Amino acid sequence: MLRKITRWFSATAEDASAVLRDPIQRAKFFKYLAIHVIIISTAALFVYPLLRIFSVSLRPGDKLFSTDLSLIPDGATFVAYASLLRDTMFLRWLWNSLLITLATSFIGVSLASTAAYAFSRFQFPGKKAGLILLLSSQMIPAGMLILPLFLMIMKLKLMNTYLGMIIAYSVSSLPFSIWILKGYYDTIPRSLEEAALVDGTSQVGAFWRIILPLSTPALSIAFLFNFTTAWNEYLVARVVLFSSQQYTWTLGLFELQGQYITQWGMFAAGSMLVTIPVLCVFLYSSKWLISGLTLGSVKG
Amino acid sequence: MASVQFNGIVKKFKDNLVLNGVDVDIKDHEFVVIVGPSGCGKTTLLRMLAGLEEITGGEILIDGLRVNELHPSKRQIAMVFQDYALYPHMTVEQNMSFALRLRKTDKAEIDARVGEAASILQLQPFLQRMPKQLSGGQRQRVAIGRAIVRKPKVFLFDEPLSNLDAKLREEMRVEIAKLYQRLNATIIYVTHDQVEAMTLAGRIVIMNKGIVQQVGSPIEVYRKPANLFVAGFIGSPTMNLLSGKLSLQGEDLFFSNGDIRISIPPYLLHDAKKHDGREVTVGVRPDDVLVGRTGEKCSDKVEGVLEVCELLGHRENLYIKAGNTRLLATVEAFFDRSPGAAVSLCFNYKNMHVFDKATEKRISE
Repeated sequence: MLRKITRWFSATAEDASAVLRDPIQRAKFFKYLAIHVIIISTAALFVYPLLRIFSVSLRPGDKLFSTDLSLIPDGATFVAYASLLRDTMFLRWLWNSLLITLATSFIGVSLASTAAYAFSRFQFPGKKAGLILLLSSQMIPAGMLILPLFLMIMKLKLMNTYLGMIIAYSVSSLPFSIWILKGYYDTIPRSLEEAALVDGTSQVGAFWRIILPLSTPALSIAFLFNFTTAWNEYLVARVVLFSSQQYTWTLGLFELQGQYITQWGMFAAGSMLVTIPVLCVFLYSSKWLISGLTLGSVKG
Repeated sequence: MASVQFNGIVKKFKDNLVLNGVDVDIKDHEFVVIVGPSGCGKTTLLRMLAGLEEITGGEILIDGLRVNELHPSKRQIAMVFQDYALYPHMTVEQNMSFALRLRKTDKAEIDARVGEAASILQLQPFLQRMPKQLSGGQRQRVAIGRAIVRKPKVFLFDEPLSNLDAKLREEMRVEIAKLYQRLNATIIYVTHDQVEAMTLAGRIVIMNKGIVQQVGSPIEVYRKPANLFVAGFIGSPTMNLLSGKLSLQGEDLFFSNGDIRISIPPYLLHDAKKHDGREVTVGVRPDDVLVGRTGEKCSDKVEGVLEVCELLGHRENLYIKAGNTRLLATVEAFFDRSPGAAVSLCFNYKNMHVFDKATEKRISE
């Protein structure tokens, strides 16, 4: 075994010295080294706060403010998780969030996919102006839209309802989704739809049977964008929802912050739990995020 | 199968007139090739027939039925696109059966038709493959197969071979010719390649700048080009075109351009007096420039200097300069003179063409 390891190390050292002798290989090696250093340090930067929160969520009540940096603290316990699920309406908030987020994502993607198709394929008056308007709406800070959104939702008598939240979220994420999807549709050759038309579909049929199946990568990205935006949103929810029965998890967790005492353990446990649905959605959608779906369709 | 009529077809893209009054009658079971340079409107005409382009003016009839407003799916046509346009998320079999599945055709019928088309096009081993797993030639065959299974009234081919390499193009050309013999269908085929046009067509429609220049069999358009454009476009290498003037001397008519002076016999141009002083262009194909030879219907001798020889295998191209006039002659291979040598040549009257310089129309017999 020892001999094997020694041999492996000497072989690696020989390979490394061979690589470093060749100037092209050397440049490549240092380029990859630099890229990996950047990737690993960025990943560490993002993961560290998560690990700290995880660590805090496991701490027993008497060690919440401890300066200990160990990942699994002494006397680690799931008490915070248990009391969060048992003593608060966390599951209700999670359910509210999931309902609003899924509805927002499906409605947002459905509207965006059809609107983007019109922008990509048809000529109509105001097409360019419409696209620029959509883009410029993304440049307005979200905070500035709170008041008009509040007024609109109040006038529609949708305050403190799921529907009010779904409309507010779908509308605000629509421009980005339309741009993403339009850009993708533009890359799909028109001859595919024309072939489908000649084969016997309607325009809607060509969209449904040819364009949509080929657009799954862009649809997934639009869905993920809608999902994460709605899932993590706080400001609009704060304005529209006012009964704790209707709260989303962002508002619910904020409830845990009292005037005199904040239950950091439960706070951290809640923060860990809410990442699970997002992680699941990301992992599931990754299989749709494949490039090159249109390969082979036309001469390329 | 069906007949197709284009009656006074006009197409405008904003202010740009793409087609200007196209009239063509295509008979049942006919293989018609529409040929012309890029931008002449041939593909637009085909797309209008397919229903993919709106018609600005005129009418298109399929089997006597006006189809101007008819949706592409209702026209009973099948189209093979230049870039194949295969559905990338479907297998070869699904691509071929797509139209039949849309029409909710019986499963057994679909299998039979796909099987038949696959066997004609030798696609059986690839039926379960995705388009990206096929070569260019195989993809083009799938595109043709997709058209065949539909049993349409009219087949439309939009430059189907232009993306293939030279060898494959030749093979596919033969395949399409065989397919036509087998299906005996009405086929309208658009190309810019005159070799495809000459070898495949029953009739050729030659277009330029949105106008039909000539309609005729391959031999007609080759032997009797209606105007200067057709004369220059059809035939490879291109026809020698000499600009000059006709003049009457005694009873005989002569053509002269300063370097070349030849008599024009009465069987080429009747009524010599009428043409005296007329500005014309004389056209002679390289095959009809006879170098070092004379014949019964041979023009007066022209003296020139051999500039370049191009050996093509069994034939040889000779670039000859007579004064300031450049001529191309195609002769049997291994011409025994070197560049710089003086050569004597004449034109074969039998295949000589005279065009009016102003109208560019053919005036000779």
